[in-house]
Amino acid sequence: MKRKIQYILALAVLISMTVQAQQPKGKYATFALTHATIQTVTKGIIQDGTVILSQGKITAVGANVSIPAGAEVVDCKGKWIYPGLIDGGTTLGLSEVGSDSRTQDFNEVGDVIPQMKALTAVNPNSALIPVTRISGVTTVIAAPEGDLVPGTAALINLYGYTPDQMYAGFEGVVLNFPNTGRKGFFDRRTDEDIKKAAEKAMTRINSVWEMAVQYYKLDSATKSKGVGYYPEMEALLPVVKGERTLMIEANASKDIQAALKWVKDHKVKKVILTGVAEGWRVADEIAKANIPVVAGPVQELPTRDYDRYDKPYANPGLLKKAGVKVALRTAQASNVRNLPYHAAFAAAYGLGKEEALRAVTIVPAEIFGVSDKLGSIEVGKNATVLVSDGDPFETKTNILQVYIDGWQVPMVSRQTLLYDEFLHRDPGVTKN
Amino acid sequence: MKKIFYSFALLALVTFAHAQVERGNLLIKNGTVLTVTKGTFENTDVLVKDGKITQIGKNIAAPAGVKVIDATGQFVMPGIIDAHSHAGLDAINEATSPVTAEVFTGDVLNPFQVTLYRALGGGVTTIHAMHGSANAIGGQCETIKLRYGVKDGDGLRMEGAPRTIKFALGENPTRVHGGGSSIVPRTRMGVEFVIRESFSKAKEYMEAWDKYNKAKTQKGFRGTPPAYNLRLETLAEILKGNIIIHCHSYRADEINMLLNVCKDFGVKRLVFQHVNEGFKVAPELAKFGAMASVFADWWAYKFEVYYSTAYNAAILTRNGVVTSINSDDAELMRHLYHEAAKTQKYGNLSDDEALALITLNPAKQLGIDARVGSLEVGKEADIAIFNSHPLSSYTIPMITVVDGVVRFDREKDADDVRIYVDPTQAVDIATIQGGEQEDHCMDGAEDAFGKLFGLN
Repeated sequence: MKRKIQYILALAVLISMTVQAQQPKGKYATFALTHATIQTVTKGIIQDGTVILSQGKITAVGANVSIPAGAEVVDCKGKWIYPGLIDGGTTLGLSEVGSDSRTQDFNEVGDVIPQMKALTAVNPNSALIPVTRISGVTTVIAAPEGDLVPGTAALINLYGYTPDQMYAGFEGVVLNFPNTGRKGFFDRRTDEDIKKAAEKAMTRINSVWEMAVQYYKLDSATKSKGVGYYPEMEALLPVVKGERTLMIEANASKDIQAALKWVKDHKVKKVILTGVAEGWRVADEIAKANIPVVAGPVQELPTRDYDRYDKPYANPGLLKKAGVKVALRTAQASNVRNLPYHAAFAAAYGLGKEEALRAVTIVPAEIFGVSDKLGSIEVGKNATVLVSDGDPFETKTNILQVYIDGWQVPMVSRQTLLYDEFLHRDPGVTKN
Repeated sequence: MKKIFYSFALLALVTFAHAQVERGNLLIKNGTVLTVTKGTFENTDVLVKDGKITQIGKNIAAPAGVKVIDATGQFVMPGIIDAHSHAGLDAINEATSPVTAEVFTGDVLNPFQVTLYRALGGGVTTIHAMHGSANAIGGQCETIKLRYGVKDGDGLRMEGAPRTIKFALGENPTRVHGGGSSIVPRTRMGVEFVIRESFSKAKEYMEAWDKYNKAKTQKGFRGTPPAYNLRLETLAEILKGNIIIHCHSYRADEINMLLNVCKDFGVKRLVFQHVNEGFKVAPELAKFGAMASVFADWWAYKFEVYYSTAYNAAILTRNGVVTSINSDDAELMRHLYHEAAKTQKYGNLSDDEALALITLNPAKQLGIDARVGSLEVGKEADIAIFNSHPLSSYTIPMITVVDGVVRFDREKDADDVRIYVDPTQAVDIATIQGGEQEDHCMDGAEDAFGKLFGLN
């Protein structure tokens, strides 16, 4: 009997171990990635080099690096190391199943609600996150969507069990600039209705900003005492002060122009333009205003029937050529993993490979004010890198390992587990 | 009398215009030729006469007067075939009944859609212009060639392509009919019943006609024929094997269900569309001989695609299922070569296997593989030329040829390619696309559905 119990216990342990083997955990240690081709992004390519990851940071990079005692050595001969890729605009973590509103947390009720924080609603256990990060996309903007000011977006790293562990050091208030365009194929409003709605929204935005400025004056005068509870104004205050970035979504060329004018007129200090589908039409004006953009999706249809078929692919390149600082985004949740391919299309249609790589690494890091931590492989930055067997923008390339904040991330997702289970299903067509 | 003459002349003219498909002559010189079926050949020429491939080889001399395309350093592959599209159609969903086998997308072809040209810009030459997925048994579909530039919808038809019909399982038909109108089907049980009931009625109808046709040859027969019914007539053609079923489906259980229904009714020509969970029943699909047309990586846009994997195409292929990658979307349609390339990341397919997913395999699914889908002598000259390997993320489609006629040329084409400009179209209104991905099988039906609930 006793033996039987021992046997059962041993079996139970074995089973639990097998389960663990299928769901490996992340590992935090000092890693020495040796003999790799290192694409630093900011300081060229290092051949046969070593990157040391320790205490969550990159502590050494170069061809002649001594390996610290106790480091786990990972031979990367024939492999490449890149910084983790950054997507400048997604709803990742805020949306699980597209058609099911109960699983969507990016669209709160209200037209001006900057106090709604995306970071609060990010689901660290979303099945979409592992699918994304094992493709080399390590860091994304999780942005609210909806009415005029739908909330505050956050930059998150795609590893961690709480929003705090995932927070990557940037938050920005989203403003959907009044839209004179049609919102996709299903928008059946008349031209007149669209125009009226845009005008109404413009009036609303102007009055909100005026209130925010008044609130700022009151707040300064009373030294933050006695202004009462105005959560919207409180959330806009850092934007008025120029301490927080306003992320302005504008796509039609007229709207981009109007946004540039609005920013100038209201002396808004920290601004990013997002979307900018028709940015190429007014690229010089954006460049002149010296406002950086997060453009995309790149794999998208032209906005007008009479525009050249490849304009969405060419848009980032045309913006860059005019002198605009360009980062890229997918504007998706489920397929943020395709960011490298959006970048490849932008590269092929005019942006060039080097700039396309920058547009998903160092440029977004700079735009979001986190270039001291992310966006390139340099000593002192976060240990957020990918190891691949080639150019990560090519579909033939495999991402072999991802490190986020020093954590060696398990290279599995539900999609890889399903592959493992079903490639050779057992039982097949007959059970016995 | 004069009137009669004019009528005849007009009739002759119409018939002539109808039958006339432009077929070209071409010599594509010195490219890397990806035949898909017979290997890859460098520095090779492809000769096209009267819309067909007549020779593939080295140093082919250009016949007098034949247009020559220099493809040095470029890649020449079969024109891409999209087995699931709604482009070129003025209507998609006849969402008024769970069974609408009598309607036909070929009746609403629109040759003016710029979408067709944009697809040519992605190397696409043939598409399956499908009915939507609002109904368990939807309408018949039309296989069309992207002869962008013709002004008559008939000019798009791929004459002689087999008949096809759209079926749909799961959330879409249950939402529209059970959810929206409170009629069967509301569940996957109901979907099975609707299809079994339809097939059974079609069988009765077919038998009644057979009986009548047999009886009427008897001397002294005085009976009347059964009432003609286009819906049952169409369904009977499915049972006879003259129409290929293309069934919108996602979950493994519903796929298995239709396999069983088709087995019971002796239906063999069956292609599953989307089929995100096809990988779970790949052995069953292979055994039946059913085919699968999938997205490369779309998932999570609704609950029934939450348990998907981008390895679907590879698992299906490795299990012996004839698999294609489709678009169902005007944007995705522009880069099917890139979608096919993703199977090299997700499942390590070879170049030829990946290319077959968008050429030969969809051709098989549409029953047109004897005519298109590979570069072989005797096949129709539907050809796409890329500036680098079509499975590279950096590749750019340069020239697209349909029936030997250049329909897209990146170097020469105008920015504005509209054939017909709608006078009511607002010039200054941009359409800003969403970014989020979802299937378009409910286009049109969503509108009706929304109205029903006061959503729009």
